Amino acid sequence: MRARILFYGAVALIVLFAGFPFYYAVVSSLKSGSSLFEVSYLPGFDLSNYRSIFLEQPFGRNILNSVIVAFAVVVLSLGLGVLAAYALARVSFRGRGLLLATILSVSMFPQVAVLTGMFEMIRALGLYNSLPGLILANMVLTLPFTVWVLTTFMAELPRELEEAAFVDGATPFQVVRLVFLPLMGPALAATGLLAFIVAWNEFLFALTFTLTNDMRTVPVAIALITGATQYELPWGNIMAASVIVTVPLILLVFLFQRRIVAGLTAGAVKG
Amino acid sequence: MSAVRLSGVSKAFGRAEVVRDVDLDIADGELVVFVGPSGCGKSTLLRLIAGLEAITRGDLFIGGTRANDLPPAKRGIAMVFQSYALYPHMTVFENIAFGLNLRRAERHEIEERVRAVAAILELSELLDRLPKALSGGQRQRVAIGRAIVREPGVFLFDEPLSNLDAALRTQMRGEIAALHQRLRATMIYVTHDQVEAMTLADRIVVLNAGRVEQVGAPLELYARPANRFVAGFIGAPAMNFLPLAALSDDLPAAWTARAGGEAVILGIRPEHLVVAGTGPLAGTVARVESLGDSHLMHVGLEGGPSVILRGQGAPSVAPGTALRLDADEAHLHFFRADDSAIMTPAI
Repeated sequence: MRARILFYGAVALIVLFAGFPFYYAVVSSLKSGSSLFEVSYLPGFDLSNYRSIFLEQPFGRNILNSVIVAFAVVVLSLGLGVLAAYALARVSFRGRGLLLATILSVSMFPQVAVLTGMFEMIRALGLYNSLPGLILANMVLTLPFTVWVLTTFMAELPRELEEAAFVDGATPFQVVRLVFLPLMGPALAATGLLAFIVAWNEFLFALTFTLTNDMRTVPVAIALITGATQYELPWGNIMAASVIVTVPLILLVFLFQRRIVAGLTAGAVKG
Repeated sequence: MSAVRLSGVSKAFGRAEVVRDVDLDIADGELVVFVGPSGCGKSTLLRLIAGLEAITRGDLFIGGTRANDLPPAKRGIAMVFQSYALYPHMTVFENIAFGLNLRRAERHEIEERVRAVAAILELSELLDRLPKALSGGQRQRVAIGRAIVREPGVFLFDEPLSNLDAALRTQMRGEIAALHQRLRATMIYVTHDQVEAMTLADRIVVLNAGRVEQVGAPLELYARPANRFVAGFIGAPAMNFLPLAALSDDLPAAWTARAGGEAVILGIRPEHLVVAGTGPLAGTVARVESLGDSHLMHVGLEGGPSVILRGQGAPSVAPGTALRLDADEAHLHFFRADDSAIMTPAI
């Protein structure tokens, strides 16, 4: 009994620790004026902050940008990741290990270190201040781990399945599309969601590679929300914006929770 | 239907040659079994025929066309894998229809052919199930169905029964034999189980270290093995090998006449040894194993070597008994120093 109480006490503590900041953001977003600076733990019902972020700046446009960038990054990362994984897991060629190590090492550089180089590249490609530029930049962050997770997962799939498909007359591309992809659901869900979160939250590239408010994604837009004077930080607006962009992530995680766990532990034990 | 011909086929992985200079003619409609110990190259040889591995040297002909450079799907073959390799996310119907779908066959034709195959294999009731809802024997039948539906000229089986339990294995063995009777297609079957080889094969190919040791009908291999390896591999328990030098000099004249001058080793199958008061081999019973319908007697011979004798019914002697053994000279095998058998004219 005592162990039980301790256990639930610990759970409550963790939930409080993880959940309270978000809860307080929700509470703050529903207050306005000077009441923002009074400590209170119960939410009010003042929606003016939510209204004003859409009126004072193109926040709807920013959300749309984020959605476009994040989805494009997920689709491209998974598409390229699956094809790369097939080659890396199934085709034996010289330098495969080196290539895998190189892909991994890409993700070891801090973002700041690649920032100037990326900037030059984006400029050279004529993608400055455009969504494709952001998509390209974000792929640098997402591709290494999508390729790695999918490669590991694909290497675990039985070779005989592929060979049976070859005997049945499938091309390598058909093997990937008709046999491997349907079996990789959990891995795709897990890596896809991680890629989505990375792209959705990405700040530094989005800040550096965009110029106008119309091209900004949500994290940058929130950071650049300004009040009436430069001496005022409009906390209410910032909190409202933060809540709006956090909700989809929470929903997605709840939706894919089971699959993520299945995907992350796939191959840990033989099925 | 097609004949398969291999001419000087070799396969090397890096420097290791796993299949060496295999020459083989497999007639149309024949069921040939590749048998040999683990790592003898029998599965690799099958995969060379299937096109899942590239042939390093030599030529492969399937149905008269050189197939070395054809992809698996163009060779007119179908393969049944050891692990069945059913597509886990497809129903039985989709599994069987997969190859036909890839060839863009007409939908009603696919439907018709899959149903016909399912009827042959008694899978009609299971067409909507996923593989995970099937028993081992049913999965095996789906794998066979996937092969049959493409109407290939050559069926390749890679140890198809080794994942099944003993009773089911006997049953599926019967079904494969019946299938061969019915389809009259060329079949190549790989196994390490010599009972499967003996019961199924029209001809057996014994492989060892990548080489063909002997090719022949099951009984021919049993009665007239070409060398010590085949003699020891076919038959269970294995043939007894006795160095002639270790035996007493007073072997019967009938035996020495069969041996000839070059013989170094004498081979006698356990089932051909009999206990006889005046036999030429003297020894002491070390151990007796009773199998019910028969028994195995381990006998330590004078001069060192020990032999196994297989007798009918319950054993009549206890360990420690001294006795003498004999055998009919027609069932003796003699081997030269290089392990090749001294063949006698067929009786």
